Amino acid sequence: MRTRRYLRQWGRIAAICALGLALACEREKRRFNDASPSAPAYAAVTLDTLQPGVPSPELTVKSPSEGNAYDIAQGKQLFEQWNCSGCHSHGGGGMGPPLMDNEWIYGSSPENIVATIVEGRPNGMPSFRNRITANQLWQLAAYVRSMSGLEAKAPSPGRNDGMQYKVDEQRTPFRTPRASASKTLPAKSERP
Amino acid sequence: MTWAGSIFDTAGTPAERIARLAWFLIIVSAVTYLLVLVATGIAIRRARARRTRGDLADTRPETAKRLTRNVAIATIATTLILLVYVTATALTGKAIAWPLNARQPLTIEVTGYQWWWQFRYRDSVPSNWLTTSNELHIPVGRPVRVILLSNDVIHSFWIPELHGKQDLIPGHRNTTWIQADRPGVWKAHCAEFCGHQHAKMQFDVVAESPAQFDQWYRRQLASALPPTDSAAKRGHDVFVQRTCIMCHSINGTEAGSNVGPELTHIASRPSIAAGSLPNTRVNLGRWILNPQLIKPGVRMPPNALSPADMNALLDYLETLK
Amino acid sequence: MSAQPLPAERAVESDPNSPASLHDRLERVWRNGPGLWGWLTSVNHKSIALRSIITAFAFFGIAGVEAALMRVQLARPENSFIGPDLYNQLFTTHGSAMMFLFAVPVVQSVALYFVPIMIGTRNVAFPRLNAFGYWTYLIGGVLLFSGLFTNTGPDQGWFSYVPLAGPGFSPGKRVDIWAQMITFTEIAAIVAAIEVIVTVFKQRAPGMSLNRVPPFVWAMVVMSFMVLVAMPYVATASAMLAMDRLIATQFFNYAEGGDALLWQHLFWFFGHPEVYIIFIPGLGMVSAIVATFSRRPVFGYTAVVLSLVAIGFLSFGLWVHHMFATPLTQTGQSFFTAASAMIAIPTGVTIFCWIATIWSGRPRFDTPMLYVVGFIALFTIGGLSGLLLASVPVDLQITDTDFLPGHIHYVLLGGMVFPLFGALHYWFPKVTGRMMSERLGKVSFWLLFIGVNVTFFPQLLLGIAGMPRRVYTYLADSGWGGLNLTSSIGAGLIALGMLLLVINVARSLAAGAAAGADPWGGETLEWAISSPAPDYNFAYIPIVHGRSALWADTGDLDAVAGLREDRREILQTTMLDAVPDSRHEHPDPTIVPLLTALAVGVGLIWGIFDPIGFVVGGVLTFIALAAWGWPEKPSLTRARSWRCQSDRRR
Repeated sequence: MRTRRYLRQWGRIAAICALGLALACEREKRRFNDASPSAPAYAAVTLDTLQPGVPSPELTVKSPSEGNAYDIAQGKQLFEQWNCSGCHSHGGGGMGPPLMDNEWIYGSSPENIVATIVEGRPNGMPSFRNRITANQLWQLAAYVRSMSGLEAKAPSPGRNDGMQYKVDEQRTPFRTPRASASKTLPAKSERP
Repeated sequence: MTWAGSIFDTAGTPAERIARLAWFLIIVSAVTYLLVLVATGIAIRRARARRTRGDLADTRPETAKRLTRNVAIATIATTLILLVYVTATALTGKAIAWPLNARQPLTIEVTGYQWWWQFRYRDSVPSNWLTTSNELHIPVGRPVRVILLSNDVIHSFWIPELHGKQDLIPGHRNTTWIQADRPGVWKAHCAEFCGHQHAKMQFDVVAESPAQFDQWYRRQLASALPPTDSAAKRGHDVFVQRTCIMCHSINGTEAGSNVGPELTHIASRPSIAAGSLPNTRVNLGRWILNPQLIKPGVRMPPNALSPADMNALLDYLETLK
Repeated sequence: MSAQPLPAERAVESDPNSPASLHDRLERVWRNGPGLWGWLTSVNHKSIALRSIITAFAFFGIAGVEAALMRVQLARPENSFIGPDLYNQLFTTHGSAMMFLFAVPVVQSVALYFVPIMIGTRNVAFPRLNAFGYWTYLIGGVLLFSGLFTNTGPDQGWFSYVPLAGPGFSPGKRVDIWAQMITFTEIAAIVAAIEVIVTVFKQRAPGMSLNRVPPFVWAMVVMSFMVLVAMPYVATASAMLAMDRLIATQFFNYAEGGDALLWQHLFWFFGHPEVYIIFIPGLGMVSAIVATFSRRPVFGYTAVVLSLVAIGFLSFGLWVHHMFATPLTQTGQSFFTAASAMIAIPTGVTIFCWIATIWSGRPRFDTPMLYVVGFIALFTIGGLSGLLLASVPVDLQITDTDFLPGHIHYVLLGGMVFPLFGALHYWFPKVTGRMMSERLGKVSFWLLFIGVNVTFFPQLLLGIAGMPRRVYTYLADSGWGGLNLTSSIGAGLIALGMLLLVINVARSLAAGAAAGADPWGGETLEWAISSPAPDYNFAYIPIVHGRSALWADTGDLDAVAGLREDRREILQTTMLDAVPDSRHEHPDPTIVPLLTALAVGVGLIWGIFDPIGFVVGGVLTFIALAAWGWPEKPSLTRARSWRCQSDRRR
């Protein structure tokens, strides 16, 4: 009788622990060596889900870095150390379009952002094919999304150490993505 | 006493003076400890004898007076020992301070990164400044001023054979100095917890004669020669067309990123992976293929290279002496 | 009220033929409620202290298992038993749990259990606050380990240096959980300190002037004052860190006017007194045991008490010796070398006085006394290794090496855990009414003593050999494998000793020999009541005529009559000379402290994720506090406190 009561008690405690584990697991995982969905996988990704007939199911590839605090923080470090700010300026834009607003020319989903980095885009975005590993691509994509508040609050990075140049991603409000035409095409009169 | 790698394996003046003080304090501590143990032992024995005799505890005023005198003597002895201790410490502190009459010191700027070291030699001629990674050469007999900077978190610069440690604190410009009085090769460690791979953040220290040091310095300043044979050429292409170029630099090539350690003379280094892996072809190949297996959490990602590409890359890196 | 000699009060038993006996009446008033509700609403200092001690030992056990895992990982070079991420979480939670969830709470709980009894009162000064403190502590501890078991265990070291612990280099919520655990445990520690100080200064038995207070109680008072001064610093520092991480303040950001060194100053200004907060109660326990087992009062009472106070003061002037490798001026650092040396003098005085007590005593070497001798043997090594660390030049070589874990474990295990285990054997009969097994006690003592030396002496050598600390592995060609293996074997011995201790406790609880009220023949007031102590402690508040309350008088104790037997009432006396001053009503059991702790808990835990949590928690706490302080209807017959008219000669 007593044993059964203990078991019930411990069973409840174990259930709560399992729930906690599941919730915190994703945010706090540190994947040093896990293989990510590799480059060829997102070759299947299209810029738009609009397709004639019935859309194919393998249009999306799941990012392993979504909601993961460590990966987003790594993405931030990579963004800074590889000088993405040279054109995108910590998200505010400059030569390149801003990344912290709600306008997305080539799609805001992680696999679209990865495709942008890998393929490069017209008018100045270099192609980083073979230069950045799959893990790092997903980390960068997650960070870019966090710049406009598309990542959850808890895993998003706080303020950086160093001079402050913007509101940190953790306190950036969610900005609903909308597709926009490229703003960097030269004016009609200047096109060759 | 030369316990290799220990603080007693001294090779420079500051470490020698510190080791002497440490010995002195250890001996004083050991003697003090013995005295305390002996006193306790005698106390237990005498009191046990009292119990065997059947006497009660001794609370007579004469005994209290005697014990007060003994406690007072012990306290005064403690104070005197501590005075000696403080004096010895002060004297040693003065002796290991930066020698104000240092002639022609060498100045090296050390920047700590998670989890590797960058050394920048500040020659008197600015165009001769040398930047290298994870390997520190110093000339014997010449004082070296070390400027300590950090790129990210707090690290600590520690060569046990030469001097105590000093922290690298972001936002602060800390300084220390070292001087090797004999040639040698030693391993230095990061000594402040700095994250996942604090355990394997080391660097090699080589103290050599001034002539050898100049030779090494000149060789390090030279850019990498372009590869001559086809395997090395292919390896060079792998380096500049794949992931390596994003983080590493090789002077004389298109690779100029300073995110990770610079590799211009990687083949001349005794170890790789911040001093934690002997520099052999097999180790280098393992490291490039998947650093996470050797140092989980390190910033360098796994690199999927075909065996042919890997061999070519290794051939190229071996030419970077 | 009058003071008259009253019938013997050594062991009050209820007379089964007289259901309305004094014992029954007092029990009915002072006991806890029935069942789970009674457990949740208890405001009895012994119930709360006992459950706090058990909670602390539970955290001790978990942290001990973590230590064992770490030693397994370090037993061989380049071992792959535990990777760096888990290892960092293990050593951080081991340190944090040991320091914040075991060491300070357990010594404070021992104080909360025994100080009221030793000074002859029925409860601590603020019973509901006491309950609130325990629940807050429990929530904090559960928070930390919930973090560990959900992969959110803090991994930045128990000292949490910035910028590693800052928002830039510690992603996720691990550090935030650590910072909030600090807030919980600091609230609980400050609460317990307030209890001890006010109880000792206002509720001592008549005749127990300050110079008749037992050295154990003095130690607890000194510790409590230190807690009041030191704990706010770490609570502030952790709040600043949490703010940096959550709402982008710049306290520790050098580029915007902050400083990473600020953290170190704030933390170590707390951190150094913290270890003396842990150590001084150990000295108090040693005093109590040495006196009882040497069959004479502690030699040099005044010297011992003044030394305790001196250690308390001096410990606040040492903190920079944790920062000798930072860019602070050499002159400044030398001051802290001298101060760190100076604190050895009062510490030495206390040890010399105890040796003198043994010398002139008539000692019996039961297990508690063995632990005292073990304390002298181990703590002195720790203290002397501390002197090596206090000297700036030597410190620059051996700080942040394995020398430090060796040093700290010698002083913490030798200076606190050994006296604690001695106190466990010493006071177990008083708490449970049963004796512990002497044989098992002696075996576990020797296992622990040998184990501590085999584990931590090699670490002193490893530090000298050049091995850094906080490393999850080391290279094979470093030559450190042998000493590390020895240290790990010693850890196994410690584990065995602890296991035997636990078995001893369990077996003694179930079937230990019955202990009377005074199995050791002690001198302090706790031995004047039955074992286990009744809920009301003393049927009549005793009057004390000398320093050793029970040895000064032979025969029956004088006592005070007049406290009410139909409701909870305690006697307040003056601060210096303990002349009866007034009577106060104490609260009955209530659920409000638990609700307040839950409100605070909701606020602080929610605040880890979103600042709105503090607002919500603040509102809830306000409601709970309103319930706490809700005034009762005034009544002509139910006054809260009565002034005494004393006709007693001074």
